[in-house]
Amino acid sequence: MKMSKIVRTQANFLYPFILIFGFYIIAHGHLTPGGGFQGGAVIATGIALIAVAYKYNDIKKWLKKTRLTATEGIGLLAFIITAICGFGTSFFYNWLANSGLLFGDRVPYGINPGYLNTGGVLPIMNLAVGIEVLGGLGVIIVYMLSYVKEVK
Amino acid sequence: MIFEYLLQIFLLIGLVILAYLAIKFKDLIACAISLGIFSFILSLEFYILQAPDVAIAEAGIGAGLTTAIFIIAIHGTSRWEVEE
Repeated sequence: MKMSKIVRTQANFLYPFILIFGFYIIAHGHLTPGGGFQGGAVIATGIALIAVAYKYNDIKKWLKKTRLTATEGIGLLAFIITAICGFGTSFFYNWLANSGLLFGDRVPYGINPGYLNTGGVLPIMNLAVGIEVLGGLGVIIVYMLSYVKEVK
Repeated sequence: MIFEYLLQIFLLIGLVILAYLAIKFKDLIACAISLGIFSFILSLEFYILQAPDVAIAEAGIGAGLTTAIFIIAIHGTSRWEVEE
């Protein structure tokens, strides 16, 4: 089911821009609309674009099912370990906010004017959810593509 | 304000037309593409109604992933709708 040369060229051109936009949505999840789920869905759209434009035998070398499943597991593990690290006070405690460490700057009172290095534990959890959604939606696409028979 | 009302009426008419076209076409890839444009216009409508979070999710999943899954499924079966 290889598509025409126009579709393949356009998919090659658009793929890095879709990835960068998805990671932008994930990284700004605590400041602007969007977050982990939406950014992961945008990145999985890039994977689906490549999967539609090429044959399965071409992409199965670098979109392995086991690797995508491992990505999903790593995202869930990072989420739950970040939550467990706050066990000194309570589960899901925001132990990084206002601490001066990574993502620990103080913000002035009122609406956040766009400082990215704030939010404590929220950007880390956004990144974990983004990695998990990317793996989960990607493995749906790749499994569906791998069982389609070639119709001639 | 009147411009916003006019734009909403225009988008809703577009939604009805695209849903009718998705039923009417015999070429199933054209049906999948028109459903993708339907989801895109629906995400524009969500954005005008001041829900940008829902709009991003709708544009990513409705217009991107669902169209790709439909196209993969059509490649596994036949492209044209047959009268039985």
